[in-house]
Amino acid sequence: MGPAGIPVEPVQAVFREEHGRLLALLAARFGDLDLAEEVAAEALLAAVETWPRSGTPREPLAWLATTARRKALDRIRRDATLATKLAVLHADADPARRAEPVTEHEHIPDDRLQLLFACCHPALDLDAQTGLTLRYLAGLSTAEIAQAFLVPPATMAQRLTRGKRKIQQSRIPFRVPGPDELAGRLSLVLHVVYLIFTEGYAATGHQDLLRCDLVDEAIRLTRILHRLMPGEARVTGLLALLLLTDARRPARVDSRGMAVSLEDQDRSLWDTSMIEEGARLTTQALSQHPPSSWSVQAAIAAVHDEAPSALQTDWRQVRLLYDELFALTPTPVVALNRAIAISWHEGPQAGLARLEALADQPSLTRQHHWHAARGHALARLSRHAAAAEAYRRASELAQTPAEIAYLSARAARYAAPG
Amino acid sequence: MLLIMGFREGEGMPQPPSSGAPSAEEFMKYQQELRQAGVHVDAGLLQSFEDATQVQVNDAGERLVTNGPFAESREYLGGYQIIDVPDLDAALDWAARCPGAKYGRVEVRPLAEF
Repeated sequence: MGPAGIPVEPVQAVFREEHGRLLALLAARFGDLDLAEEVAAEALLAAVETWPRSGTPREPLAWLATTARRKALDRIRRDATLATKLAVLHADADPARRAEPVTEHEHIPDDRLQLLFACCHPALDLDAQTGLTLRYLAGLSTAEIAQAFLVPPATMAQRLTRGKRKIQQSRIPFRVPGPDELAGRLSLVLHVVYLIFTEGYAATGHQDLLRCDLVDEAIRLTRILHRLMPGEARVTGLLALLLLTDARRPARVDSRGMAVSLEDQDRSLWDTSMIEEGARLTTQALSQHPPSSWSVQAAIAAVHDEAPSALQTDWRQVRLLYDELFALTPTPVVALNRAIAISWHEGPQAGLARLEALADQPSLTRQHHWHAARGHALARLSRHAAAAEAYRRASELAQTPAEIAYLSARAARYAAPG
Repeated sequence: MLLIMGFREGEGMPQPPSSGAPSAEEFMKYQQELRQAGVHVDAGLLQSFEDATQVQVNDAGERLVTNGPFAESREYLGGYQIIDVPDLDAALDWAARCPGAKYGRVEVRPLAEF
């Protein structure tokens, strides 16, 4: 760890890194998140007091876990009501683990998956799922999460408290679901992680730089998941997709804060090491079973990321991948993206026909993407007035300043005569 | 506790996964499975909501007796099942096996501790 001369920093570094593991371990052991949080905080305090004098232990997590566990057991012994209220059964259910000798060198199990499945349990609403995941697995403070989701800290605190209460009261177990349930439950976990990612990604270019942390946190969480479930195609696919998408971050917004479309991005700014890792993971994900829409989305992102320009993109391949994606998840958004791919592959006339066929999908026409795609196809067909109108409509529906700036500029460009 | 909810038929009402009602045999079989697993505590099947009577007492202590559940309520309580299981996932597994889940909805609620 850090140099022994600096007292608090190594403790903080360890704690930030290991907080999720420590909490997960304690929650799985005692079945009580409140207790887990409190004794984890106490163990940290003890570390701040002890480590500067005795040096950072060789296995800091084991030290923290042992200290926290002792404190929890002390509390349970002292507090008879706590003992009865606690799922004592839960702690007793695994006698092998209870009998484990508590030493600094024991093998520390990684219980984060259990905690993640509890935080993303379908009995909790999406707000609680994302909040609890960021709080307990990513180790963000309540204030940081509140800032990231642009809600007052008190609101976020209430969400977290309610979620934690429900885990406690309805006894949501800290357990990886059995094979029957795993597929459905894992989708929920991945959905939560993806939502954290898109929440942060959409905000790129906002003055709110903190929100970009969500992108990093989502990737970190997915990496943890991938390490714990290496054979799971959906996890591999999601990690690949996030890396391949985030690799374009430096080129997504120009110096004036305007969004830059994929076709106009300066591809030399893209992060090549992320693209390499993402492409490698995509190949791995596509060879794993069952086939997952995350893997196909990653494959599409990989085709884009490996193309030297928009024109030199293998649009036939992109289009085929969208066909496959549509077969797996036939949603309007996938249909829209397929229409865009067709517009590049077969030409704007064919693409426009596909786009017009989606005009009866209110979920698409209420958002700017469909209008922007129409504008793009119309512009390529030199139907400038209609293109300007479509871009104007898109700019009205766009949410972020960067997108509004981009779409308004397009509308103005085609509205101008000549 | 599993609250077994039925849906009333009518326009604009949410539709259950299957129409009709669970047979007595299905419930008997379910009861037997619960007992065999050692999780059964108590159970009750309620008569039709049409036979329900409601009582309210106002500030003056007067009784207000009305017939039936309110007409606008689209769901009614058809029965309950109290089971003793270690956690929510175990309760959800049993709720999913309840015949009522096919024809209506089963709500899982922890009993409050006093």
